Amino acid sequence: MSGELAVSCTKVVKTYGTDDAKVMALRGVDLEVRKGELMMLVGPSGCGKTTLISVIAGILDHDEGSCKVYERDFQHMSGREKVRYRAENIGFVFQAYNLLPALTAAENVAVPLIINGMRRQEAVDRAADLLGKVGMKDKVNSLPVQLSGGQQQRVAIARALIHNPRLIVCDEPTSALDHETGHKVMELLKSVALGDNRALVIVTHDSRIFGFADRIAKMDDGHIVQVANSPDEMEH
Amino acid sequence: MYYTALKMLMGDKSKYLGIVMGLTFASFIMTQQPAIFVGLMARTFSFMTDLSQPDVWAMDPKVQYIDDIKPIQDTELYRVRGVEGVDWAMPLYKGLLKARLENGNFQTCNVIGLDDATLIGGPPIMLEGKLEDLRKSDAVIVDIEGAAGKLARTLPNGKRVALKTGDTLELNDKRAIVVGIARTTRTFQSQPVVYTTYTRAIKYAPRERKLLSFILVKAKPGEDLPALTKRITERTGLAAYTREQFQQVTMNYYLKYTGIPINFGTAVILGFIIGAAIAGQTFYNFTLDNLKQFGVLKAMGTTNGTLLKMILLQALTVGSIGYGLGVGAASFFGYMIRDSVLAFMLPWQLLVLSGVAVTLICIFAALISIRKVMKLEPAIVFKG
Ligand SMILES: Nc1ncnc2c1ncn2[C@@H]1O[C@H](COP(=O)(O)OP(=O)(O)O)[C@@H](O)[C@H]1O
Ligand SMILES: [Mg+2]
Repeated sequence: MSGELAVSCTKVVKTYGTDDAKVMALRGVDLEVRKGELMMLVGPSGCGKTTLISVIAGILDHDEGSCKVYERDFQHMSGREKVRYRAENIGFVFQAYNLLPALTAAENVAVPLIINGMRRQEAVDRAADLLGKVGMKDKVNSLPVQLSGGQQQRVAIARALIHNPRLIVCDEPTSALDHETGHKVMELLKSVALGDNRALVIVTHDSRIFGFADRIAKMDDGHIVQVANSPDEMEH
Repeated sequence: MYYTALKMLMGDKSKYLGIVMGLTFASFIMTQQPAIFVGLMARTFSFMTDLSQPDVWAMDPKVQYIDDIKPIQDTELYRVRGVEGVDWAMPLYKGLLKARLENGNFQTCNVIGLDDATLIGGPPIMLEGKLEDLRKSDAVIVDIEGAAGKLARTLPNGKRVALKTGDTLELNDKRAIVVGIARTTRTFQSQPVVYTTYTRAIKYAPRERKLLSFILVKAKPGEDLPALTKRITERTGLAAYTREQFQQVTMNYYLKYTGIPINFGTAVILGFIIGAAIAGQTFYNFTLDNLKQFGVLKAMGTTNGTLLKMILLQALTVGSIGYGLGVGAASFFGYMIRDSVLAFMLPWQLLVLSGVAVTLICIFAALISIRKVMKLEPAIVFKG
């Protein structure tokens, strides 16, 4: 069964700061995310969601416990290996889109391919293709400022997908969008981004999109307090 | 990623322009000021540059620079001619004499007396008349700057007309007729230059026991010049310098005894510091503004090495553009003032130096930014 796991965290502890200013953001988190699964991470503000996906995505080092992504533990990788692993295996979607403002939509989407060593022109061509698939065919050459929030998030999703990563992490992908646009973005994520060999971990506090989840992990005060198979199962 | 780096750089127009302008300013100051300095320094010995025939200059040992006239006796000329290895040796008179203008005013002139027979040491370019015309009685040749400037006549209606051939002057109460107008390279002295023969020059000059200013020496072909200067000094007790040595001696005097190098050095260093400060600050601000973008690239798997190269590329790009504009502006400045009293000389060594200085500024600007980006936690990408 463990071969089926995209993410496997056991007793993950993360503390920010030192001495008096110490904040224990993760207090022993256990979490499993299966391949092909859309896992939502929910919970009140400050409970450690962002910290947890940062650890899972390999952009933040945790202090104790183990966190494996497809059997690889970031703590056992060198800095270089970690960067390389992220480049190949992780896709990112942010609340604030975080597109590079000077690049066109296609150029933005092409960035992960270029990071992985593809020639620019080929990467941009592929990016334009993918933008077509997310309904952004005529915005290929637009700059981020020329796009609406929903359109920017589509571009960001294409960017998270383009290099075919095995794990996509999204932090509050819909909270900057109105309800309808957020809904469409989630539909897109679920239909295009999810796949048999790919897992999605989405942090959100937007209960209206809980229905898109395969499973929902509820966090509170640095712990996972419940993993539910549907919104109805969640205790309030 | 280099394309991305350049796009990032130029995407923020106002910062981009700010950085380029800072570097343009620095390049301009660091090129223009030393160019004026070099121009001025070259002017200190331009009289020698114009006077290209002699290999060696002999003079009183106490002479410190070209305009420091310490006359020697005429007989020294024959002694120098007797030194082996000397092909020829000619007298040169150089001195400041008062010219009386038509309106009764006096003007000090830099009078040059040339060997009567050969006229060696004459002006490099004749604009009117011929050098040989100096052999006519009372003949003098005046430089164009002086003729059109300080020696110009004022008509009754207030208009000024340049001195021209056929006009007369009085040098120390003795008549001089202008037979030619010459162009000379501007020197450190601002007086009009008046050429005449040696014999006539010492007639114009106040009566003194010693009148010979310099002895101009041509070495025999194949003669070792430093050895020749040594021999002249040994035999005659005069100081003897090759042309380059005398230029150097003259320039050193100005470097040592005038505030000129300090003034220009200060301007250059200020230009460097201000340029570095402006460029460094704006570039650093640019990096800070884009820190989130660098963070996103880092999270997505861009290595520190690549980020470093991206930032260096950005810095060197603005550096090249700023350098190009600054040097262009400095050259344009030099072109605009080419006929004015300002000096300007832009040898390639100077371009290399200011180029190196600008590169240093850019690397400095890049380094402080790179430090910031290297230490950047990619986890900031998930922060608000
Ligand atoms: N860089 C940091 N330094 C110090 N404390 C932090 C830092 N990041 C987050 N925290 C703290 O850790 C806790 C969890 O934060 P976070 O993971 O961002 O929560 P969430 O995403 O669930 O709102 C909070 O108390 C927060 O204040
Ligand atoms: Mg958060």
